[in-house]
Amino acid sequence: MRIPLQPVEQLEREQRRRNSEVPELWTTLDRVMDPELPVISIWELGVLQNVELRGQTVVVTITPTYSGCPAMHTIAEDIQAALEQAGYPHREVITQLAPAWTSNWIGPAAQEKLRQYGIAPPQNADSGGVISCPHCGSEQVQAISEFGSTACKALYKCRDCAEPFDYFKSF
Amino acid sequence: MSTDNPVSQYAVRLADDALILGHRLSEWCSRGPFLEEDLALSNVALDYIGRARMFYGYAAELSGDDRSEDDFAFLRDCRDFGNLLIHELPRGDFAFTMARQYLVDVHSVAFMTDLQSSTDATLAAIAGKAVKESNYHLRRSRDWMLRLGGGTEESHRRLQHAVDELWGFTPEMFEMDELEKSLAGQGVAVDVSRLQPAWDTEVRATLAAANMSIPEEDWQVSGGRQGKHTEWLGHLLSDLQFMQRAYPGLEW
Ligand SMILES: [Zn+2]
Repeated sequence: MRIPLQPVEQLEREQRRRNSEVPELWTTLDRVMDPELPVISIWELGVLQNVELRGQTVVVTITPTYSGCPAMHTIAEDIQAALEQAGYPHREVITQLAPAWTSNWIGPAAQEKLRQYGIAPPQNADSGGVISCPHCGSEQVQAISEFGSTACKALYKCRDCAEPFDYFKSF
Repeated sequence: MSTDNPVSQYAVRLADDALILGHRLSEWCSRGPFLEEDLALSNVALDYIGRARMFYGYAAELSGDDRSEDDFAFLRDCRDFGNLLIHELPRGDFAFTMARQYLVDVHSVAFMTDLQSSTDATLAAIAGKAVKESNYHLRRSRDWMLRLGGGTEESHRRLQHAVDELWGFTPEMFEMDELEKSLAGQGVAVDVSRLQPAWDTEVRATLAAANMSIPEEDWQVSGGRQGKHTEWLGHLLSDLQFMQRAYPGLEW
């Protein structure tokens, strides 16, 4: 049996949420989805790092996925909107670069959601992960392009069912 | 538009490198040789433009006046740009674009790896993101060197032509001026002169594997860091900056 190693930054992120004095804020932000992958939340994606109440102001810390990812702007706007709707008039969204985002922060449950959505979840080659077709499960797949329709995806094709699919890059 | 803070000046140079190359790559959008390559070139362009925004944003923060990242990108003229010349050369054909990308990627990976241990925490954090992206870019650009070099007679000829045209622009990537020497002494900047031997070994090995001959080292050009550019930068900026010049303060 392989025991999956939890990256230390991921552990700390989960601890911040578990020990938070404002759990309702985290729950509110669970409604904010990745605009390009609307089945997983920014928490599941690993972008949401922290939520705090500083005085009257809700301070949200996020980490960008890719440097030029246009979705980050939308995510910040969606956070503002979700908090406004929940009745928080004072809000601030901070972008934090370090530790750099990695696809290893996407947990098993979110990976399964990606697969259901038709996107092969990221596989860490070092831990022996194999990319499989999200449609039929075959491991006979072929890379078509290292770059796909968005910064986070590569383009693959299944040799068994012949369907093309997006692969969420391991990054 | 110059600023006295040396770290800010350094960040602007790195931002200029990223913005100018990012713009050159973005010119391929809808002109790629096939769909997948079109997407790849645009993706790499986006990574660079994101990198430029992070460096400009930091430079603006350090400059202490009310300038924003946009002021740096859109309101400076040629002589204020400090990018290395190799980034501003016209995109040329696909072989030229990939050869430049490869030569720059090998440099970028080593550079950003070093910058990750900068004593300046923000530069180090930006480098932490950039190095992962450059590693990913390098995988593809090296692959294209081998494919074009070992492909048809035409692809081989075009790649060799590109490498010959680019070669004299590569020594500039390893030059240090007073600003960078002083910042490197404080552990802030990368000492690029130290990166050259490893770059040389890696690039020569790839050129050999791609059946390319190593160009003669009979010319070299530099001056980008001092604002002395090729005529091509002005043409690029007239395109890049047109909207802000024509409609100052325009927002999306
Ligand atoms: Zn399949």
